[in-house]
Amino acid sequence: MDDGAGHIPAQDPRSQVGKFAPPRERFDVVVIGAGPAGLAAALEAARAGLSVKLVDENPVAPGLVGLDVPLLYGGRADASIGAPQRMLEQMLATNPDLAEAFELGVDVALRTAAWSVFVEGDALHALPGPVVGLADETAAWLCGFDQLIVASGARDLVYSFDGADQPGVVGAVALTALIERYEAFDGRSLVVLGSDDLALTAAECALARGLAVAALVEVAPAPLGDPFRIAELSERGVRMIAGSVVRSAVRGAFGVAGAVVAAVEGDRPDETIACDTICLAVGRVPVVDLLDAAGVRVVLDGARGGFVPDSLDRVSTSLPSIFVAGDCAGVGRRLATLEEAAAHGRRAAAAVLAARGLTLPDGDAASTVPPPRPDGHDQLPHRRRWMEALLSTGGTDVLVCPCEEVTRAELVAVQPPRYLGAAIPENRCRTLSAMAGEGTPSHDQMKRLTRVTMGPCQGRRCREQVAMVMAIGAGVPVSGIPLAGYRAPVRPLPLAVLATLPETAASEEQWDVWFGIPTQWVPYDAIGTPREQELIEFTMHM
Amino acid sequence: MDAPLRASVVVVGGGVSGLSAAWWLARSGVDVLVVDKGIVGWEASGRNGGGCTHYNSALFHEEQRLWPLMDELLGYPTEYRRERIIFATTEYHLNAYLRMGEEVGRHGYDWEALDGDEVRRRVPLAGDSALGGIHLKVGGHANPQRTVQAYAWAIQDLGGRILQHTPVVRLVARGGKVTGVETATGLIECDHVVVTAGPQSGRLLATVGVRLPVAVARAEMIVTEPLPLMPHGGVDGNGLYGRQTLRGNLAYGGGPHEWIDLPPDGAPLSRPTSPLAAHLARRLAELLPKAAHVRVIRSWAGLIENTPDGRPVIDRLSSPENLTICTMSAVGFGLSPATGHAIRDLVVDGRCSFTDLDKYRLDRFDGVPDDWAADKGWVAAARAAAA
Ligand SMILES: Cc1cc2nc3c(=O)[nH]c(=O)nc-3n(C[C@H](O)[C@H](O)[C@H](O)COP(=O)(O)OP(=O)(O)OC[C@H]3O[C@@H](n4cnc5c(N)ncnc54)[C@H](O)[C@@H]3O)c2cc1C
Repeated sequence: MDDGAGHIPAQDPRSQVGKFAPPRERFDVVVIGAGPAGLAAALEAARAGLSVKLVDENPVAPGLVGLDVPLLYGGRADASIGAPQRMLEQMLATNPDLAEAFELGVDVALRTAAWSVFVEGDALHALPGPVVGLADETAAWLCGFDQLIVASGARDLVYSFDGADQPGVVGAVALTALIERYEAFDGRSLVVLGSDDLALTAAECALARGLAVAALVEVAPAPLGDPFRIAELSERGVRMIAGSVVRSAVRGAFGVAGAVVAAVEGDRPDETIACDTICLAVGRVPVVDLLDAAGVRVVLDGARGGFVPDSLDRVSTSLPSIFVAGDCAGVGRRLATLEEAAAHGRRAAAAVLAARGLTLPDGDAASTVPPPRPDGHDQLPHRRRWMEALLSTGGTDVLVCPCEEVTRAELVAVQPPRYLGAAIPENRCRTLSAMAGEGTPSHDQMKRLTRVTMGPCQGRRCREQVAMVMAIGAGVPVSGIPLAGYRAPVRPLPLAVLATLPETAASEEQWDVWFGIPTQWVPYDAIGTPREQELIEFTMHM
Repeated sequence: MDAPLRASVVVVGGGVSGLSAAWWLARSGVDVLVVDKGIVGWEASGRNGGGCTHYNSALFHEEQRLWPLMDELLGYPTEYRRERIIFATTEYHLNAYLRMGEEVGRHGYDWEALDGDEVRRRVPLAGDSALGGIHLKVGGHANPQRTVQAYAWAIQDLGGRILQHTPVVRLVARGGKVTGVETATGLIECDHVVVTAGPQSGRLLATVGVRLPVAVARAEMIVTEPLPLMPHGGVDGNGLYGRQTLRGNLAYGGGPHEWIDLPPDGAPLSRPTSPLAAHLARRLAELLPKAAHVRVIRSWAGLIENTPDGRPVIDRLSSPENLTICTMSAVGFGLSPATGHAIRDLVVDGRCSFTDLDKYRLDRFDGVPDDWAADKGWVAAARAAAA
């Protein structure tokens, strides 16, 4: 605060201002995500002469694979993921552009997670400039940037059913990563849920590796995807079972041992199909965790697969220093091709250059490529249809949040968590529909009351599903459930790792358990007595 | 047009202070209506450390008397657990904690001094870093989010009303009395107004010419994945406050805050977190070395107001005489059962039945200059000043 006379009043020495250490490293541009979009963005920015860091959390450590971070690996990664060197080699081998990034001098950091983005705002002025929090297995640090391009991709849309808490329920994105990128998939026979591009691609990928795909299961009365590809799959022995969902997974000694397929309508009896893996391939969700935690405005857009950054040009965001590229900006029914993703990445780089007052060396070729357009097909009704059918066939005793062990029924009845051992009696219990009468049903509020979405997986296993069950329970459209906020760190980070972030001497010296207002802690009876001064001098709460 | 809403008492702000006040009023049969701009408890009241050990407060005895009864009285779980262990990893802190123990003892409550071995016996996650500490047989902690909802549901069970998502724009006064509050959707008439709007209280009270000096800040906490329960969840120290929740998560805060400027029109404020999470993690790993491997899964921030001396204002004004105001000056969760009781007494009986509140009166700030917050540096740092 300048008082006009050029005198800046001293900040409260106990405040955050001036307490954070400068970032360990700084780049003109930091790109999060080394998929095709992020990689293309990084290459383009580097070619324009900017200093660039490219960060990707893959290949993630085995502990995180076990926690389904960032994808639903579902306990079907084999032991080879415990060999980091092999995983890194796999990643480089399947991603030749990474070599080019190294050659261009891009600082490539694999197996490095971005756990938060901190930028200045109305209620945050104490930062040493805009920074992204990074961490590997042993250390956490800050990395400064002028512009950040988030290309964090899409993750699996997860549904649960009875038996989904055992190994063998794998997301389609995770499945393809395990098979193609890591060659580390530990299953042999699959039932795939879904029949659109994602499901067909997952099935084709599995067949190409010699795995058995018994069936595709689709809730709609007829399959959704390309009839030609479906016919090809059926020639290869893959059955198409429409108008059906999975009622439950058969429990076996090594996890899933079969899928119990139930018709949504009519009285066709259940059919049990033997398999060791049930692949969830109904949809994908843009990964907006870093963006939301950074304060980027996100909006629900069913045609883009969920909550996406609010952006007209699909590369800029509500925060001027943050850009997006690839699937995190939105996913359609059809998977983007590698070339489309790369073009999107180059567009983001072009927007960054424009923001810096630069133009592309090759005459702006990238910025003339139109942004990949969503196909306009709202994916939410079909997702909700799956949820409704899973509810009507599977009932309400199924866990909707496996980490915190909350069932669909407990969520809809807004019951306190089981560890309290005290359910609220029915006559005093507020159901979701009753609470919806008092205003918009809030996922964040349900987190607090039932602990749903509060577990170590940070909601990746349940987020969308909880919102759908809430919408059904409260009788509102899915679009009526606001996004439950993402919080830093958006990846689970051990205390000991986070603790390595350097701390300034000023922070250590001025650290106080609370505000450091000595008069605050003077016992009431001592206020206004001679003891008061003595107590103030000895700040009891340091 | 619909007839304006009416209630005998309107409580502006459904944080713990306002909710507890409304609950106490409803228990006395008063027709009470709580108005909140959002969801009840969405601000500091649902984002705090849950600590219930405030030996410095005039409300301390009532806080300690009430907490063990609250689940029963409210009819919903608050997750309250009694007792607190505070231990040190430095001599400096150890000294401070022992003095705190003596202070609690002076109020007539039981406490023990612990050496390092005794700390390790009582706190399984503690390690070699523990020098010693105190075990208070009083105080404790509750779950803030469950507690706010318990208050709200208990109010409704008693016939009280809660209006959410309804910001109050200003208080309305006529002839030296408040006659109601104006909300975004219309007027609410009443005989008495209680203002418990936290950081916004100063701004709202100014609409009827009452000056409540408060400065607003953001404070942060972190939480880990769950661990097996320790015998006592109320364990902190090493410059941190917090607890192991009944679910098993470690939830801790402490360290520097950031002062922020409130937009004059009451526009919504964001509550960003900062890299402080890492410094909290460091201190928590030092305090509980056996938990150093545990993963942090979230952090959050809350907004809180402070008065110039950091002490509460709990006061029924002399003019307008049907206006009661309360700010807890950043220490209001644990005290809330007692705060509500005090407010109920002021509204219904004109005086508090169980403790003296004279030193919490508003008029102690009569002489405070308008730019008091800038003088203390309790204002948002402009970019230039931060650089
Ligand atoms: C990180 C953190 C940790 C803390 N730890 C502890 C602790 O361990 N122990 C402890 O005792 N205290 C703690 N505190 C402090 C404690 O949370 C607060 O003092 C307490 O919650 C204040 O409650 P309140 O009801 O007075 O205010 P608030 O919780 O701020 O509630 C005010 C309410 O008024 C509403 N409101 C505001 N403006 C309007 C308007 N115009 N119209 C309608 N409604 C409006 C708001 O929506 C809000 O719900 C902590 C605080 C923070 C942020």
